[in-house]
Amino acid sequence: MTDNYLNLVNSGPAGKLAKKLGLPRPAVLRRHKQGAPLVPGPLLVLGAGAAADSLASELLGWNQDVRRHAAPGEKLGAVVVVLENVTAPGDLGAPILELGQAVRQLARGGRIVTVSRPAKETTDPAEAAARQGIDGIVRSVGRELRAGATANGILLRDGASVQAAAGALRFLLSGKSAFVSGQFITVRDSGQAGGQDEDRPLAGQTAVVTGAARGIGAEIAAVLSRDGAQVVVVDVPAAGEQLAAVANRIGGTALQLDITTADAAARILEHVQQRYGSLDLLVHNAGITRDKLLANMDTARWDSVLAVNLESQLRINETLLGSEVFAATGRIVCLASTSGIAGNRGQSNYAASKAGVIGMVRSTGVALDGTDRTINAVAPGFIETEMTAKMPFATREAARRLSSLQQGGLPIDVAETIAFLASPAAAGVNGEVLRVCGQSLVGA
Amino acid sequence: MVDQSAEQGSTQPSTSVRNAVVIGGNRIPFARSGGPYAYSSNKDMLTAAIDGLVARFGLQGERIGEVAAGAVLKHSRDFNLTREAVLGSALAADTPAYDVQQACATGLETVIGLANKIKLGQIESGIAGGVDSASDAPIAVSEGLRRVLLDLSRAKTTPQKLSVLSRLRPRDLTPNAPTTGEPRTGLSMGEHQAITTAKWEITREAQDQLALNSHHNLAAAYDRGFFSDLVTPYRGVTRDANLRADTSLEKLAKLKPVFGKGAAGATMTAGNSTPLTDGAATVLLGSEDYARRHNLPMLANVVDAEAAAVDFVHGAEGLLMAPVYAMPRMLQRNGLTFDDFDFFEIHEAFAGTVLSSLAAWENEDFCRNTLGLDGALGTVDRSKLNVNGSSLAAGHPFAATGGRIVASLAKTLAEKGSGRGLISVCAAGGMGVVAILEAREQ
Repeated sequence: MTDNYLNLVNSGPAGKLAKKLGLPRPAVLRRHKQGAPLVPGPLLVLGAGAAADSLASELLGWNQDVRRHAAPGEKLGAVVVVLENVTAPGDLGAPILELGQAVRQLARGGRIVTVSRPAKETTDPAEAAARQGIDGIVRSVGRELRAGATANGILLRDGASVQAAAGALRFLLSGKSAFVSGQFITVRDSGQAGGQDEDRPLAGQTAVVTGAARGIGAEIAAVLSRDGAQVVVVDVPAAGEQLAAVANRIGGTALQLDITTADAAARILEHVQQRYGSLDLLVHNAGITRDKLLANMDTARWDSVLAVNLESQLRINETLLGSEVFAATGRIVCLASTSGIAGNRGQSNYAASKAGVIGMVRSTGVALDGTDRTINAVAPGFIETEMTAKMPFATREAARRLSSLQQGGLPIDVAETIAFLASPAAAGVNGEVLRVCGQSLVGA
Repeated sequence: MVDQSAEQGSTQPSTSVRNAVVIGGNRIPFARSGGPYAYSSNKDMLTAAIDGLVARFGLQGERIGEVAAGAVLKHSRDFNLTREAVLGSALAADTPAYDVQQACATGLETVIGLANKIKLGQIESGIAGGVDSASDAPIAVSEGLRRVLLDLSRAKTTPQKLSVLSRLRPRDLTPNAPTTGEPRTGLSMGEHQAITTAKWEITREAQDQLALNSHHNLAAAYDRGFFSDLVTPYRGVTRDANLRADTSLEKLAKLKPVFGKGAAGATMTAGNSTPLTDGAATVLLGSEDYARRHNLPMLANVVDAEAAAVDFVHGAEGLLMAPVYAMPRMLQRNGLTFDDFDFFEIHEAFAGTVLSSLAAWENEDFCRNTLGLDGALGTVDRSKLNVNGSSLAAGHPFAATGGRIVASLAKTLAEKGSGRGLISVCAAGGMGVVAILEAREQ
């Protein structure tokens, strides 16, 4: 699970050699640390108009050092480009070229975030072209950035004001989004926006995490607990020993349960209702792989993957959304995968299940529009886990380096993104699929 | 034997105190000795069982009123076994604990003791339990070597030391391994039971059938997920390793007798006797107030209990027959008969033990003349006996059996939502303990 190459090129002489030879030089990413500043330097807000001014003053309210123009030679922690009012491709040149100059001054682990509007929401071709153009800009800049910097965008849905971007903006600027790059988050005005305790955004909430005995699930449970949630960790009875250890580490409760059983949702709700009263967050993390080329696929492999990764989620969601134990502001976060977006050799069953999750999330998201509940998916790319540690060396190395950040992510990166989607700050995010992949080439 | 119930013990049901409730339980899967837990100590296993309970009920960092547990096969260094397990667990370090040792009744006795403290308002919560490892059993040096070593430590001069050492003989170097033999008779438990089994004319077929039921009931309980909130896997073991779901009367009939072989028609085999087993079990108990304040379930009330002992040394009664004597005393005190119970948990030390006890309670003469009753105590409905399996299938880590039974019975009662359950556990030294659990009113 250790990326030896990453450690090597970040240690003096080997790093210089890698630079001379033009080898990949993955950076040690800027990840969230309690008490660390939001960004590693002053924040530059680019873009003209009232929305940019408004966002700049919002950021000032977060006690950030905000610039409207970069001072020469000054290292910048992040650049926020407000492009919500572009109406034609010609509107892009000035702010984007200014961004280009600012990129030269971006600090290690810096952030670039654009704020704009979805192209599909306008009927004017020129406006749509300008809006869609931003997509190409962000994805290209993301590939050009080095030293662990990332580029992402926020799309203001349904005429939402720039304030609706605040929660997603804070996440994308912070170390919590270290392995998220080249992505867009669509937000709406939620009506729930407001202050949250940034140290404990989930205080007083109850969360259930399936597949929590090890790996990414255990990390999700730990991060939700860090953020203040009471966490119920769920896994199959056979994984009970590790599950109990996770529960005891984070001060949660262990529920040994096979999520594919018909009464799984009822048992989860019964446990939560008795112990905690109501359920605020369910993280569908449990998943299995049973890889085989399709030509060699058998019924058992196909059915078990679909049953665990997709059908259990459908069944549990149906019960959950019909239950009053699931809070009116309840959140569901599902684990998809870049395999479900790009496909993967030998994973037709797994990709079917994960693409299915994406379809389910988008469909349920439409149904939840207009309510205070949300459903979203997180699609991890290559993450350093026990599972990926078993991949053949060459495949693993390729998977690591074929992303803009030139490395695999860590379970914490997935967990932080899920914690964001669970937080009050993400009340305006619904029906989204957010990739945590370091802007992998796969499925880009 | 005279009528014991009239002469001693309480004859009043204890209803004037508050309720003690079983909140839940946790155990590790039991495994035959020398198997997967061969290198696990009692402390390791008890700590694991407590930690699983803590995880199930979210007790991390909590100060429990008191933790009581014990082991039958116990190292002298484990004088504070339970307290040490608590310190190694996720419970608060200021949780007090004490050890109990009452042979195979240890686990049940910890439940009774803590339930009584809860009923009296001395504690709000308690964790009862037990553990045993026949694999990691203590081995003592011989008496000869022990005396020499002790004298050596007291000797001051070199000549004195040499003199002490000169008393050492080769035979003193043979260590003493623990046995299940009774110190006063030299007979193993199995040999003792063989006498009783023969006396009550229990057939081989009846014993094998009881063993078969035990395996089938335990396997069925696992299959329907009954143990998903009672058992936490340990060291990769996810089910009781002694369980043979596919055993049959034919397979059991093939086994050769291992006890009572001296007499003709020996009936007790490895199939209808419990194997030496490693394992640990715990039970979370509390007052109703405690359970409510912590939003915890209440599975059953601990109603009453009674201990008895018999003189097996002089042959007046069989070694494992004491529960037969305790039972009528407890039933009388509570104004209950067998008909008032929905579930019977009679610990299967040997199939012969269970069947001899049932036969004794059904026997008019025995109940009149020996127990001093008006007639037969009654018949236990076999369909209500050990419905989720018992020790023949699960195995029997001596001190852990009581906790296993109490947690399983409490859950069974909670599932039914009404009724009572009866527990009977025999123990070495001619002792036995019985207890009553009652479903919570829905």
